Amino acid sequence: MKAQLQSRPGWLQRVRKQNPADVAAHLFTLAFAAGVLVIAVLLVYELYAASSLSRKAFGWSFLLSSEWDPVQDKFGALPFIYGTVVTSVLALLLAAPVGIAAAIFLAELAPPKISDSLTFVVELLAAVPSVIYGLLAIFTMVPLLREEIQPFLQKHFGFLPFFQGPMYGVGILAASLVLAVMILPYIVSISREALLAVPPEQREAALAVGATRWEAAWQVVTPYAGLGIAGSIFLALARALGETMAVTMVIGNAPNISASLFDSGYSIAAVIANEFTEATGDMHLSALIQLGLVLFGITIVMNAIARLMLAATTRKGQAR
Amino acid sequence: MIVGQKTIVESGITLPPLAEADMAPKPTSFKPKLEVSRLNFFYGAQQALFDVNLKIPERRVTALIGPSGCGKSTFLRTLNRMYEVVRHARAEGEVLLDGENILAMDVVELRRRVGMVFQKSNPFPKSIFDNVAYGLRVNHRMSRGELADAVESSLKRAALWDEVKDQLHAPAWALSGGQQQRLCIARALAVNPEVLLLDEPCSALDPIATAKIEDLLFSLKDNCTIVIVTHNMQQAARVAQYTGFFLMGKLIEFDQTEVIFTRPKMKETEDYITGRFG
Amino acid sequence: MKPNLHLWRKAVNYLMFSLAGLCTLATVSVLFGILGFLVWKGASSINWDFFTQLPKPVGEAGGGMANAIVGSFKLVLLAAAVGVPVGFISGVYLAEFGGRKFPALIRYVADLLNGVPSIVIGIFIYALVVMPMKRFSTLAGGLALALMIVPVTMRTTEQFLRAVPDSLREAALALGASKWRMVATVVIPASLHAVLTGTLLGVARVAGETAPLLFTAFNNRFWSPGWDQPTASLPVMVFTYAIAPYEDWRRQAWAAGLVLLVSMLALNITAHRILSLRMARRSGR
Repeated sequence: MKAQLQSRPGWLQRVRKQNPADVAAHLFTLAFAAGVLVIAVLLVYELYAASSLSRKAFGWSFLLSSEWDPVQDKFGALPFIYGTVVTSVLALLLAAPVGIAAAIFLAELAPPKISDSLTFVVELLAAVPSVIYGLLAIFTMVPLLREEIQPFLQKHFGFLPFFQGPMYGVGILAASLVLAVMILPYIVSISREALLAVPPEQREAALAVGATRWEAAWQVVTPYAGLGIAGSIFLALARALGETMAVTMVIGNAPNISASLFDSGYSIAAVIANEFTEATGDMHLSALIQLGLVLFGITIVMNAIARLMLAATTRKGQAR
Repeated sequence: MIVGQKTIVESGITLPPLAEADMAPKPTSFKPKLEVSRLNFFYGAQQALFDVNLKIPERRVTALIGPSGCGKSTFLRTLNRMYEVVRHARAEGEVLLDGENILAMDVVELRRRVGMVFQKSNPFPKSIFDNVAYGLRVNHRMSRGELADAVESSLKRAALWDEVKDQLHAPAWALSGGQQQRLCIARALAVNPEVLLLDEPCSALDPIATAKIEDLLFSLKDNCTIVIVTHNMQQAARVAQYTGFFLMGKLIEFDQTEVIFTRPKMKETEDYITGRFG
Repeated sequence: MKPNLHLWRKAVNYLMFSLAGLCTLATVSVLFGILGFLVWKGASSINWDFFTQLPKPVGEAGGGMANAIVGSFKLVLLAAAVGVPVGFISGVYLAEFGGRKFPALIRYVADLLNGVPSIVIGIFIYALVVMPMKRFSTLAGGLALALMIVPVTMRTTEQFLRAVPDSLREAALALGASKWRMVATVVIPASLHAVLTGTLLGVARVAGETAPLLFTAFNNRFWSPGWDQPTASLPVMVFTYAIAPYEDWRRQAWAAGLVLLVSMLALNITAHRILSLRMARRSGR
């Protein structure tokens, strides 16, 4: 209905636009909207400009070097990219099955009122500040890892390189676990919506040939909602990549690249958070900002992919 | 006995010429596949079906007619308990399939025995083959060869095989509306149901596609009991041997199609047939 | 074979849905677990001192977080004062005045801005505000948070404005109102919930943020008068105290965490209530 009013060609625009007050209102609001655009551009520009020192010094090899030496002004992003990617991907691997299963339960089995209430509680999880997750992780998850989980894993699966080495509790595994909990609400909420959007005739067609409820849900409804669920996963991944505080508090803060999940690591966001205010010199600061630029790039791409997928689901629903 | 003022010819409905077998005096008793007794149906507090009693004959086509909202679709959906996907929908009474109460039966098994084709074709977003094979894969363990044979035979029964045999792995949506609906019929037939329920299957189709499906129904009835809901009286006259007339949630009259359309017993039936309302 | 397969399928049905239900239960109980744990650890440390005292020097026990609480208020106030109007007016443009292409671009950019990690926002404001001012400040912190509020408010405003039925607009126009008048006197008043909800949602988003404050507002163990001094804030205090080696600080971190969490949940629940009230009212019409 709104589109009708706006796309009615010209006449409304032409007649009204001749009123200077309307023109003024249009320009006034446009200015603010354009201002948002300007700020976004400015953001990219500032990141780019403030990291010029480091970019000129290292160029693209910044991404491949694993040296991080503030004393000698030699900086490389690889350990942080590694830590960011590994923790995020691992978090996703842990959270996606749980999240999708919960979404299926909420969309296919739970009665609507219960489903809505439970979903509300799950969405509240997204409102819990990152520091709170970190605070809890330090004093509950880390000791649990150190005393129970890590020894268990090393005892039974220690032949794998992932579970070797000293067990301090903090490290890549701890960070991945916290991240998994933090991205869970996004996966559950968006996947559930995607499942609810599947036309009921699809489910009914499956039931009508004698499928059980689970078979209909898993073999017909879930694949139909596949794009939406994938979109939720990319969105969750984008969130995990940029997460700062909780990760900083439990990842161990050591720029290592190690196969073992028990080892300490570092993420881009974590190193920026820790070293920014104590940067030893312009090159150090510039390198940190360059890291910020890298993180910015990665999350923008992830978000764009996620949005494309979610947009495709609404189109799919209409095309039928 | 109310004798209709208008004859069949005057009301514009023509019956197909009666075949030899059909000309024999019809026993009023037939072997019922489904027996419905004292069926009352509720959506929450709203009652949709009132004390429906009906016997659906085996291996015949039974049509259910009536104006919009009369409850014929609701009734159809009780026969395979599809109403259970709707919250607060409740059925009371007895529905027997070969003597077994369907309300006490395992619903998954019931739905394998009583198949359904929906008003708007709803193929899965899979290939033609996978659509037909779906019910088979779910209900049985079959080898690849057995599956292929079963799919072929279902598609043949649905009169679709010749049109799709070279593109079994093409997506189902690539088919035309009429073909999609026949695919849905093939999908339903694949699990060898004893009863096939069709809910206005041709309402979204053009006359040619409709004719194809009506021919199909005629050939299917020899192995399968068919119940078809239709708002098109001509269609009922064309395909069904028995017809039931629903009005406002009640079954007004049920008899051989010929009787319903030429010598209806109830005034409401006569009014509907002759177009006085609905 | 048949009956066995049938039983197996029924068993799978039951099993898988039970597993799925367990996953749901696990997810839901995390929230209660977090809340419960914070109450257990932090409730005892919430006292009058906590709300009124300044932090004590390092090593000394006791003290409170009065400056952090005030600091958070100031930061959020500034963020809302700057971010909400910008978001709102931009939202008005998107819903009422814009054509097709440019608003689509703005919407896209706002969404991207929404997805930028908060620490990168911090870097941006550092370069833009802190470096020229040569100091950390409440202003810088507030602006960083404002930038995060803008996309939220913009989206909420646009949604609410679009929900106003065209019949209202046409009635105003038919009576001879000019477009801006129609928007200002009919559309906006019909959707004032937009401002409230957008503000609440935006505030709920930024009040718990720590990362963008780390190098804009920084921290302060004392009061921070005015807007051009570094300031303490509740999230930053939680962070600083949680990783500290002092037992007493950690105790206070729990208390601060509890206060922070309860505030965040209250904000979110309120915003949700208002939204669902709105939905109910609209569908009940």
